[in-house]
Amino acid sequence: MIDTPSVDWLALSPTLALLGASAVALLVAVLLPAWMRKGVAAGATFLGFALAAVLAGVVYEDTPRPEALLANSMYRDRLAALAAVVLAVIGAVVVLVSWAERRRDNHGEYYALLAAAGAGMVFFVGAGNLMTLFLGLEWFSISLYVLVALDTDRATSLEAGLKYLIVGGFGSAVLLFGSALVYGATGELGFSQIAAAEAGQDAFLVAGLAMILAGLAFKVSAAPFHMWTPDVYQGAPTSVTAFMSAATKTAALVLTLRLLVTAFPEESEIWTVAVAVIASVSMVWGNLAALAQRDVKRLLAYSSIAQAGFMLIGVAAYSERGGEALLYYLVVYSAMSVGAFAVVAVRERELAKPVTLEGLAGLGWERPLYGLALWVFMLGFAGFPLTGGIFAKLFVFSAAYDSGDWWLVLLGVAATAVSLAYYLNVVRWLYMRTAAGTPLVAVGGSPPHDPAVGVAVAACAVVTVGSFFVVQPILDLASEAVDSLPF
Amino acid sequence: MLTTALILLPVAGALVVAAFPLPRTATAGLAFLVALMEVGLWIVAASRFDFDDGGLQLGTSREWVESLGISYSVGFYGFSLWLTGATVVVSAAAIGYALWIGRDRPRAYYALMLLLTGAVVATFAAQDLLLFYVSFEAMLIPLYVLVGVWGGARRMAATLTFVVYTMAGSLLMLAAVVAFGVTQGTFSLVDSGTSDNVWIFLGFAIAFAIKAPLFPFHGWLPLSYREAPVEVSAVLSGIVSKTAIYGFLRIAIPKFPEPADDLAVLVLVLAGAGLVYGSLLAFRAADLRGIVAYSSMAQMGLITLGIFAFDDLGLDGAVLQSVAHALVSASMFLLVGMVERRCGTGELDALGGMARGRPVLATVLLTTGIIALAVPGSATFAGEFLIMAGVYDQGWGYAAIVALGIVLAAMYVLRLISAALHVRPGSAVRDEALDLRPGELALVLPMILVLLVLSAWPALVSQSSFPGDRAARAVAKNYAASGGRAFIGSDLIFVIHPAVGARPAGPHP
Repeated sequence: MIDTPSVDWLALSPTLALLGASAVALLVAVLLPAWMRKGVAAGATFLGFALAAVLAGVVYEDTPRPEALLANSMYRDRLAALAAVVLAVIGAVVVLVSWAERRRDNHGEYYALLAAAGAGMVFFVGAGNLMTLFLGLEWFSISLYVLVALDTDRATSLEAGLKYLIVGGFGSAVLLFGSALVYGATGELGFSQIAAAEAGQDAFLVAGLAMILAGLAFKVSAAPFHMWTPDVYQGAPTSVTAFMSAATKTAALVLTLRLLVTAFPEESEIWTVAVAVIASVSMVWGNLAALAQRDVKRLLAYSSIAQAGFMLIGVAAYSERGGEALLYYLVVYSAMSVGAFAVVAVRERELAKPVTLEGLAGLGWERPLYGLALWVFMLGFAGFPLTGGIFAKLFVFSAAYDSGDWWLVLLGVAATAVSLAYYLNVVRWLYMRTAAGTPLVAVGGSPPHDPAVGVAVAACAVVTVGSFFVVQPILDLASEAVDSLPF
Repeated sequence: MLTTALILLPVAGALVVAAFPLPRTATAGLAFLVALMEVGLWIVAASRFDFDDGGLQLGTSREWVESLGISYSVGFYGFSLWLTGATVVVSAAAIGYALWIGRDRPRAYYALMLLLTGAVVATFAAQDLLLFYVSFEAMLIPLYVLVGVWGGARRMAATLTFVVYTMAGSLLMLAAVVAFGVTQGTFSLVDSGTSDNVWIFLGFAIAFAIKAPLFPFHGWLPLSYREAPVEVSAVLSGIVSKTAIYGFLRIAIPKFPEPADDLAVLVLVLAGAGLVYGSLLAFRAADLRGIVAYSSMAQMGLITLGIFAFDDLGLDGAVLQSVAHALVSASMFLLVGMVERRCGTGELDALGGMARGRPVLATVLLTTGIIALAVPGSATFAGEFLIMAGVYDQGWGYAAIVALGIVLAAMYVLRLISAALHVRPGSAVRDEALDLRPGELALVLPMILVLLVLSAWPALVSQSSFPGDRAARAVAKNYAASGGRAFIGSDLIFVIHPAVGARPAGPHP
């Protein structure tokens, strides 16, 4: 009789809920008649995400102290649970954004892949050793490669999928190589075992750490590992872009924090500098490049690179306060990013062509609520008050100042000043230029009424503004989540 | 609670105005009503305020972000209550003006104006550094759109320069806020101590200098004041600029006594230069708005001279002058708008001779102008005299510059009056252009009446701004006698002593 390992099903339940939803959606694609597929698949996926969020919430509640599961390959702790809640909510909102996507076919596949990617991310943020890390990374990445290329009738979508596949594959390979070097140096795969091996600043270990960091930076889309981001964000279906920009970043940043703090505390002098440099380059390059963009999705892509830079400041601070700042920032950023891409999706469906800045002309007057929402998101990205964006920036800057990185504060402030130029430019196009003054091609009739995306945008706006007023509860959640890391 | 109500009433009004699709006049009327209710609320607040008490009053405090020591903490000192009073009056007049001329896109317009009012009041009431920063920034959001959508032909350039300048300052301030708050462990202005870090002081001072604006940070001023809708210019120059004064009085000086003292000469010289330079520019300006805009810059230099005199007379004068200038400048801008509506232009070359057949316009413009040029007996004269007397201790040269400023003010104001009202009839002035209508008169007259009351009784403001200072004067004299230097102002008292360094003297004796 072989002992079966005891499995903590509750800890795995969010992942399993999403996998279940994915399976249902996939079966729908082959078993149900065409007219039912979209509704059932979307419904199942939405329920899957909602269930995953609830289950992750239960895990958060039930896990006062971190536990290592399945031979230290996974963690059950509040950090993973909180990240899972955020990821699942992002997924549910993205389902709403996707509902009115003009797609002739592949509904079942789309939702199945979305749920599968979500499952992979939820698994990924709980990874406890380099093997599960790589497994989770590939799991959600492969789902995303297909999702990006799903609109096979658009050449840009296929191009984006191919680019993402090649660059992402390269990133994964670098990460895998780095893992091998770390294993070679320490003989361990588990994060805490790597730290316990006390390999010091062994050359192989440091090289491996650098390569793992580079591999994760690809997923975070931090400069200089961001080259794929603008093209992929622009080419992918907009709802997929919304999902990637929020969920991939959340997953990758949370795992970066966990890995660096848990596995490499001894090398912190090296990686804090490295992360600070990556953050600086991202802020500078992302903001400068965004200035030159005309396509709104591309603009938001560069903005997301810059935002990744701001969030990495929280990692570089290497303190509990930095971790809390990162988690708070992620909540606000996810809401703003999904919301902004959702408004772009609405406009795209209305114009039936890619949205440029000219395409936004007059949106603020024609569609006051979407205009107002996009305004709020832009102000949030820029760190204006009445949005959580200001506290997000304040917290990362405070954490950096606390850790003595005052130069990061100054650089961040300067980068914010630059970013205003393009964020406010969007507002300018929304309100101060009217469609009458620009050659705007209207497509026949009024656009389809789509309450689902309206709800999604409203939810994102509520989170963006609400996180300004209700700060302490979010920080408390973040603080308890960060407590599960060995600072 | 009253303070919170003062902040939230306009914000709630903005939400209501924006949410309900009422007809244009109903929207405007509702917004105007809210603005008048705000004035009424301020009167209630003032009636409950003990002007003999130098401490914080009408205060409320609630935790906001405990882990960083950030709180929603508001309240008023004597001087900030007066600044708030000017705010509610000016914004009611501005909203009334917009109602009178019927701004288009009314729901958005009035919502933004009310939001702006709420943000300015919140700035004056803020007793938490982060709340102050948030309110200070929040003013920018409505202003950006107000200028950008309803402004003149070059509004795009105006919004861009305005935002670039002010945000550069604000972000410097954000860095300073972070540094100060993290070092102190709290963002509360009441609980935090002082700092001697010059760099943090500079972060604040430059932000305020841009907002005011002070020479040489005035690059955004001419374009914004010219291109903004005229009632927005009134709000900008009348009250938004005063948030910088509040910042100096509540943050930059009390929290950084030593750097403020060390750099006082620099600030005084720049403020004096701004006073003279702004006055000369106003004298040379080719249009009505240019004159009022540059005169506003000159007046901000003058007020800053009063603040950095570090003397109770100078401080009292600075607050009195701030309140008077808010009303004068707003009245002037509204009158300029009324003239521009009649003539289609503000170019001085095309104007002239409007006094003939338009007695009300002539009388009102002349009265406002005479108060603006600080004729003896006016509120502005009292303010400028106090500033001059206060700054005399810092060196007679500064007092001479203030005197020069008064002379130059007479020159540019008289030039404005004669160019608009007198000389030969200008090409743009048509005979059928009407005199001031009763509605227009009703907007300007209350502000002028308040100015006349302040002219008769300037001590109403100047005595009650920093009521602790007379009691503390004896203490200060003692320090001064022992070779120290003292700076006084109710419970913002700080005694600067070369031997001991800066230390708060606590509540006044």
